[in-house]
Amino acid sequence: MTQMTFHDAVDQALHEEMARDSRVLMFGEGTATKRKALLKAFGPARVRNTPLAEGIIAGTAAGAAATGLRPVVDLLFAPFLCFAMDELVNSAGKLRYMSGGQFSFPMVALAMTGGGWSVGAQHNHNLEAWFVHAPGLKVVMPSTPADAKGLMKAAIRDENPVLFFMDIGLAFAPGEVPEGEALIPLGQAAVRREGSDVTLISYAKTVHTCLAAAEALAEQGVSAEVIDLRTLKPLDEATILASVRKTGRAVIVHEASRLCGVGAEVAALISEQAFEALRAPIVRLTGPDAPAPASYPLEQAFAPQADAIAEAAAGLVARTLEAAPIW
Amino acid sequence: MSLSTTPSSITPPAARPAAQPGPTRLELLAAMLRIRAYEEKIVAFHAAGPFPNVCTSVGQEAAAVGVVSALRAEDQILTNHRSAGHLLARGADPGRMLAEVMGRSTGYCQGRSGTLHISVKELGVVLTSTIVGGELSLAPGVALSRAMLGGEGIVVCFFGDGAACEGIFHESLNLASVWNLPVLYVCENNQWQAFVHRKETMVGDHVAPWAAPYGIDSLTVDGNDVESVRKAALHAAAQVRETRRPFLLEAWTYRQRGHMEPHDQSYVDPAELEAWMAKDPISRLEARLLTDGELTTADLEALHAEARRAIDEAAEFAATSPYPDPSDLATGVYA
Repeated sequence: MTQMTFHDAVDQALHEEMARDSRVLMFGEGTATKRKALLKAFGPARVRNTPLAEGIIAGTAAGAAATGLRPVVDLLFAPFLCFAMDELVNSAGKLRYMSGGQFSFPMVALAMTGGGWSVGAQHNHNLEAWFVHAPGLKVVMPSTPADAKGLMKAAIRDENPVLFFMDIGLAFAPGEVPEGEALIPLGQAAVRREGSDVTLISYAKTVHTCLAAAEALAEQGVSAEVIDLRTLKPLDEATILASVRKTGRAVIVHEASRLCGVGAEVAALISEQAFEALRAPIVRLTGPDAPAPASYPLEQAFAPQADAIAEAAAGLVARTLEAAPIW
Repeated sequence: MSLSTTPSSITPPAARPAAQPGPTRLELLAAMLRIRAYEEKIVAFHAAGPFPNVCTSVGQEAAAVGVVSALRAEDQILTNHRSAGHLLARGADPGRMLAEVMGRSTGYCQGRSGTLHISVKELGVVLTSTIVGGELSLAPGVALSRAMLGGEGIVVCFFGDGAACEGIFHESLNLASVWNLPVLYVCENNQWQAFVHRKETMVGDHVAPWAAPYGIDSLTVDGNDVESVRKAALHAAAQVRETRRPFLLEAWTYRQRGHMEPHDQSYVDPAELEAWMAKDPISRLEARLLTDGELTTADLEALHAEARRAIDEAAEFAATSPYPDPSDLATGVYA
């Protein structure tokens, strides 16, 4: 195990994959400027700066991916993806299917989002659910440096376009990263803490909030299980359902806004496939339907807080203790 | 390189010697007739309806045949929604194309593309996007693969004057120039941007001058003269091959039918249409061949009949092909 930040873990994954496969290259806004070690190791043909033009960055990645390269592109901040929607959604996501499988698009698009830097709503917008909705794309959003490395390596090796979201609030948080490959398959959630009374389901920074809430719940005698989705598409349905079938209660937590967010999909999944196991209504704690504010206290308040999560979870447990299951 | 605003003064430079013997004038004519017959078949199918919506390339056959005839097997093509000419000129099977248009499993894309985005990887037609400008966004990446993975091929990107008004056109040219990518941009300036004449929406008449600020050489050619297009394309392709740098070739042409079927040109100035119909690319080459004694009227009739026969055969194949199985609807989305 080595201690490193989320950012450095991604860098290490890039380094290892570029050394392993000469078809892997990386380009983006400031990529060659900021990733000096990568540039030194692999040269200017494989580590490139680009114009500040997300459309052509993503389009170039899609064109290159379809014809033999395996590009990773850094689009910096998630709201900038709005300039790359045609290339990501209409080209990379759809042209495999639309061409009858003649092409595939092994590429990774990297973007940061989430509160932590007071950058405001045009640099911070958790829009990951948009890409979950788009066919042909995969979406990951890790919560630890080890996952960031393992998922980045898996994303680079995947034959499909992968949106890789980095939580700004976690970018420079250190964590332990195992030596060696330490690949993490796409589509595999992690049970971060085992419990029997309630399941807290989350991804990215709010996984840590859920773990804090679980700690507080334990002090109240409530046993909370914490699931880190890690990959938002494909969703690890089996891990979610197995946990909820065990606990009978689910609290879904994310920083992104509630309406049509990933939490809505998870709640629907549970309702459709584990309804008989539910002992209380599913609860979602999410960011509001509002642009992310810049002011630090407001930005921090945007994401669900540990005390609110603990209160919601304890409420579900208390509710079902008072009354028999209604079904 | 000089630019002109009137098509009559457009003269292509002398072509550099071709690597292989090129097609004869009769072969160029036959290729255009095949495209015309294909599009007319689609129009007829549509009129007999119900039939999927289609955008035809009638009137733009010379641009397609002239450019594609100047390419080599290792070259790659990206095209757009008005692509039948490019595909057929490249040697695509009209039966599999019509099957695709008609949503049949024997189509090049198993019926999942339909008319608008047919790609044929085995012919180097690597990506087709119907999002106007989509092909421009993808072209530098295809050329980057060529540059990094080796090979002498160049990448040809067909788009129209409408796409040139998209921001991505400028992003694409800028990046291809900065990164020295072997892209031959071919703008078929057919005067129409869907339902709007380019005069309403575009500064100036031509797209070619927009290349110079990006350090890219360009040329405008009479796009309704297949021999001129071929010469200009040979010149442009040779330059891209040698310099490994982009080039912009503008074919000055005309969309003879409405934006899409059913045909509607109620918004078209009849005088403009009449003037362009008089410059029909097929009629022009036919007249030239007749004048030069390379062809008799009887030969011409035989060529037309052969084109129609081949397309009838293709249509028969398509119409009798099975539809895809609905149980496969959501397969193949992911690799």
